[in-house]
Amino acid sequence: MKSELTAADKERLMRASIRGELPDKRGRFGPFGGRYVPETLVPAFESLEAGIAKHLHSDEFQTAYRRELREWVGRPTALTFAPRLSERWGTEVWLKREDLAHTGAHKINNAIGQALLAKRLGAKRVIAETGAGQHGVASAAACARVGLPCRVYMGAVDIERQAPNVDRMNRLGAEVFPVESGDKTLRAAIDEALREWVSDPSGIYYLLGSAVGAHPYPYLVRELQSVIGAEARQQMIDFAGGLPDVAFACVGGGSNAIGLFYPMLGDDIELIGVEAGGTGSGLGQNAATLATGTPGVLQGSYSIILQDSDGNVQETHSISAGLDYSGVGPEHALLQAVGRVTYVAASDNEALEALEELCETEGILTALETAHAYAAAKKWSKENPGKRVLIGNSGRGDKDMPTLNKIPPRTIRHAGA
Amino acid sequence: MQAHEKITRALRAANDAGRTGLVPFITAGYPDPEKFIETLASIAAVSDVVELGVPFSDPMADGMTIQRSSFKAIENGVTLKWIFDSLQKSHAKIDAPLVMMSYLNPLLAYGLDRLAESSLKTGVCGFIVPDLPFEESEELRNALEAKGVGLIQLVTPATPETRLKKLAGASKGFLYAVTITGITGGGNGLPAGLAEYLDKVSGLSSLPVCAGFGIREAKDVANVGKHAAGAIVGSALVEVLERGEDAAAFLQSLRK
Repeated sequence: MKSELTAADKERLMRASIRGELPDKRGRFGPFGGRYVPETLVPAFESLEAGIAKHLHSDEFQTAYRRELREWVGRPTALTFAPRLSERWGTEVWLKREDLAHTGAHKINNAIGQALLAKRLGAKRVIAETGAGQHGVASAAACARVGLPCRVYMGAVDIERQAPNVDRMNRLGAEVFPVESGDKTLRAAIDEALREWVSDPSGIYYLLGSAVGAHPYPYLVRELQSVIGAEARQQMIDFAGGLPDVAFACVGGGSNAIGLFYPMLGDDIELIGVEAGGTGSGLGQNAATLATGTPGVLQGSYSIILQDSDGNVQETHSISAGLDYSGVGPEHALLQAVGRVTYVAASDNEALEALEELCETEGILTALETAHAYAAAKKWSKENPGKRVLIGNSGRGDKDMPTLNKIPPRTIRHAGA
Repeated sequence: MQAHEKITRALRAANDAGRTGLVPFITAGYPDPEKFIETLASIAAVSDVVELGVPFSDPMADGMTIQRSSFKAIENGVTLKWIFDSLQKSHAKIDAPLVMMSYLNPLLAYGLDRLAESSLKTGVCGFIVPDLPFEESEELRNALEAKGVGLIQLVTPATPETRLKKLAGASKGFLYAVTITGITGGGNGLPAGLAEYLDKVSGLSSLPVCAGFGIREAKDVANVGKHAAGAIVGSALVEVLERGEDAAAFLQSLRK
């Protein structure tokens, strides 16, 4: 498979991207995407695709979905001006507050949309995977809301570092299934969920949480998350006096980033995705897939992945469970290849510093995942004073307290500072 | 004769001799890479076709047994390149045609352009790629078939009949009929309706049909043998290797 693109390819694919023509009928974003799944799942994917074609853009579904977003999720979420952060950074900083959405992160936009779809497709039960636990909590809540049983696959490592979310899932009536195989994080959880789906492809609805996996998931998740960017774009015009010069979002699998970026692809806005730089640039020290990965097939799609020269997928490291993933959504792989979105990495320490700075200046405890976007935005601000900056504040940080509690707080600087 | 025809011929020869074709699966280099060729030769001597598993970090269609063997083999340095090198260096007499079972990514990493050539040099006559549905398979199929190496298609109880016909028509070597809706190594035995399913698949296929998943005992092989040309034994054999027992003796016991 060839992932190198000529200048003409890039131009064509950039235009197709902006016009909303991707993925194509084969589920491809240029060379990336596709559907690499076991034969047992092929009919299930075909009926999912048909179900999406029938329901997703129907008036009936959209009315129900919009109503749930408004009444249950609490949308539109706020656009918040960050005056003290702006003063420090020398730019005009605006935050799209997905942390204020029900259950505390953008994940709910996708979860409730897919739960409504599962109901319409006649699923008997729902399975989901989770890394940080945010998608698990969102799935548990959404399934309770529509009245479907839910089981969440979660790596044993993540269960330990995101304990509060495990309790929340249980309270919300979901069964949390610990995954002890593989790397015991998000990737292993997806593998395990796929294995379960293979055992009952017609009864199970797999509620995938990120813009990854086989077609049509990257498309479906993007469509359901685009509400972030559509709202933010309009709010910037209404409240900030115009579109931002730049927008930042953290990228693990990439669902919040594609949700923020997709409605802005055709605008004159610099788009920057921020991956987890972990503790260093070596294989296994980070989860900076787009920055250091190579093309390959993982969990259903052809994208950029972290792998060794024999094609084995590598374990990753990030302080944030939600970014700790060896792959990335295929649409991000394309947006990088055509040069529309720039992907950078922020380290564990930079993310922690950014998290503390946001707490101190704006009174917002953001998720460790989200903190990576702030770290990159701060750097960019130094070189671009006076510009208008939008940051996708994808989730809240309460769930990260077990991790944060292990780290001594920085020197308190308020007195006289 | 093209390489994939050797697979077909071996299975037909077994049937002609009044036997069900026996197709064992082992994870290459498991449990001990040093004994790979020795293990393979002893298994091949009592089998009609041998399926060699290429270990992969994300075996999403496999149950715990094959996952464990796969992770262990990776730890021990087993890669596709190592498997080809070991086969090429070996002087053991292995008559049974070899089929490789690999997820797509290790094949992409190896390079599709040199895959068929390495296969021909080492007695590998076909490939089974469990995460590569027919719709995505053109590039690999073309690369393999240009050299006569086959891409074996899988069908499952969930496969609709029109699709089943398409897959049966596209397969080379044999047609792999997955017996259950599930992953490898399931402990629930063979499902009800197996006979009808295998009869239907065999009726639609001009190639021998081999049934796999959930075949653990002599009675399973006998049962499957009434409705299919061959039986694939994977997890049960890997468990034998895991326990350090005699794999060839186990396979012979399946014939009884």
